[in-house]
Amino acid sequence: MIKTDALIIGAGPTGLFTAHQLKIIGLDCQIVDNLDKIGGQCIELYPDKPIYDIPAIPECTGEELTQNLIKQLEHFKIKFHLNERVDEVKKDNNNWEVKTSNGTKFSTPNVIIAGGVGSFEPRKFSLKECEQFENKSIFYSVKDKKIFEGKIVTIFGGGDSALDWAVELSKTSKVNLIHRRDEFRGANATVDKVHELAKSGKINLFTKYQLSGIKGSSNLESVEITHENKEVKTFKTDYILGFFGLIMQLGPISNWGLNLNKKTIEVDTEKFETNQKGIYAVGDICTYPGKLKLILSGFHEGALAARACFKLARPNEKYRFEFTTSSKTIKDRLGVKSD
Amino acid sequence: MTKITYIEHNGKEHTIDVQNGLTVMEGAVQNDIPGIDADCGGSMACATCHVYVKDDWYDKLDEKSEGEDDMIDQAYEPKKNSRLSCQITVSDKIEGLVVYLPEKQV
Repeated sequence: MIKTDALIIGAGPTGLFTAHQLKIIGLDCQIVDNLDKIGGQCIELYPDKPIYDIPAIPECTGEELTQNLIKQLEHFKIKFHLNERVDEVKKDNNNWEVKTSNGTKFSTPNVIIAGGVGSFEPRKFSLKECEQFENKSIFYSVKDKKIFEGKIVTIFGGGDSALDWAVELSKTSKVNLIHRRDEFRGANATVDKVHELAKSGKINLFTKYQLSGIKGSSNLESVEITHENKEVKTFKTDYILGFFGLIMQLGPISNWGLNLNKKTIEVDTEKFETNQKGIYAVGDICTYPGKLKLILSGFHEGALAARACFKLARPNEKYRFEFTTSSKTIKDRLGVKSD
Repeated sequence: MTKITYIEHNGKEHTIDVQNGLTVMEGAVQNDIPGIDADCGGSMACATCHVYVKDDWYDKLDEKSEGEDDMIDQAYEPKKNSRLSCQITVSDKIEGLVVYLPEKQV
C-alpha cells in the first residue's frame, strides 16, 4: 500500500501542473495514467499540432508543451505509474483507497482526477460476436508475436499499427490485410512496403471491405468481409487483429459515486472538489458554470485543488500563501538558490 | 440561419435552424441533440461527431478536409457517406441538409 498526500489520475498537462503545485506547497504526490507515456491528449492526439493559447508561449506543439511541463517537474522526482488504469476508489476512514488495473494500491486523503475525456482504450469491432473471442483469437494490440507463427492472421485497419504488423507478421504468418478504403494513413514507406508485399503475394490485401461476420466455436475458424458494393467474401483465419486507433472512455470513473454531467464531473469553483470530500476534478473532465475546456483553465483549477488538498493532508498545519519569487521554503523545494 | 435535420439512430428527427458559420457538429451540441459527443471539441482529433450524410447530399458538400478520412477510419461503423460533422460548415448552400447519427460514437 503506497501512502501519499495526493494521488493524481491523468498525466496530461493539467495533471502535470497540478503535481507541480502540490510539490511547491510541500505535499507529495504520485501520478497514474492508463497510457504508456506522459502527456495525455497532447501526446496521443496532437503531438505535432501547434497550440497558440498557452499564456506566455506564443506557439508550441503538444509534445513541446509536455516536455516543458516534465522539465518543470524534474527536480521533484515524481513517481509515475504508467500503463495503469485506476479501477477502484473506495472510502477507508479518512482516506481513499485506490486500486489500479495492475493491482497497485494507494491510500491517500486526496484524489485529483485530471482525466481529460477519460482513459484511452482501443476501439473494438462493433460486431457483438467478437467479444467471446477477445484476447483468445481477436486482439487489439500485440503482446507476443510468437503465437502468430505459421498461422493465418487477418488484420483490419489502415494506420501505422495495422501496416507495421502486416509487414512484420508477413515474415512468419499468412497475412490478410483489410481496410475500409483504398488510401492508407500510415507512413509512406510502410504503405509502399505493404503494396510491394501484396504484389508479391506475401500479403492478401482487401480494400473497401469491412468485417461483417465471424465463425468459430472455441477457436476462431473463419471471417466474413463485405465490400462497399455488398459483395461478400469468407475465408479461414486463426487470428484477427483490429487496429482502429484509441477512443476515450470515462470507464471506471463513472462508478465512484461522483455527480456526473454527460461525460464530465461536477465540481465547485473554490476547491474543484466533487460531491465526495477529498476527490477533486480538474481540466477537461470537470464542469461548472462557465467552464472553458482550455489547457490554461486546467492549470488554474489544479493550482486551487492543490491548496484544498493541504487541509486534508496536513490537518494540524496552516497553509501559508507564498510566492516563488520570494519564498525561501519554496526555493528549497524547487532546488534553486535563494538570493 | 440554415435548416439542418439530424436523425437519431432510433429515427427521431430534429430540424434545427443553425447559424451560418457554425459547424454541423456545433449546431447539434448547442441544441442538445443526443448522439454527437465531439470529445475533442472540433479539432479533428477524434471521431465522435461522426454522421452519415443523406445520400444525395454527400456530393453537394465541400470535399472532405485533409486528414478527415484518417479520423473516420477510427469511427464507429464508418460507411461510404460518413463525415465528421465538425468539418461541415453551415451556410445557405446546405439549406435542408439531412444527416443520420450512428448507433453510437464510441
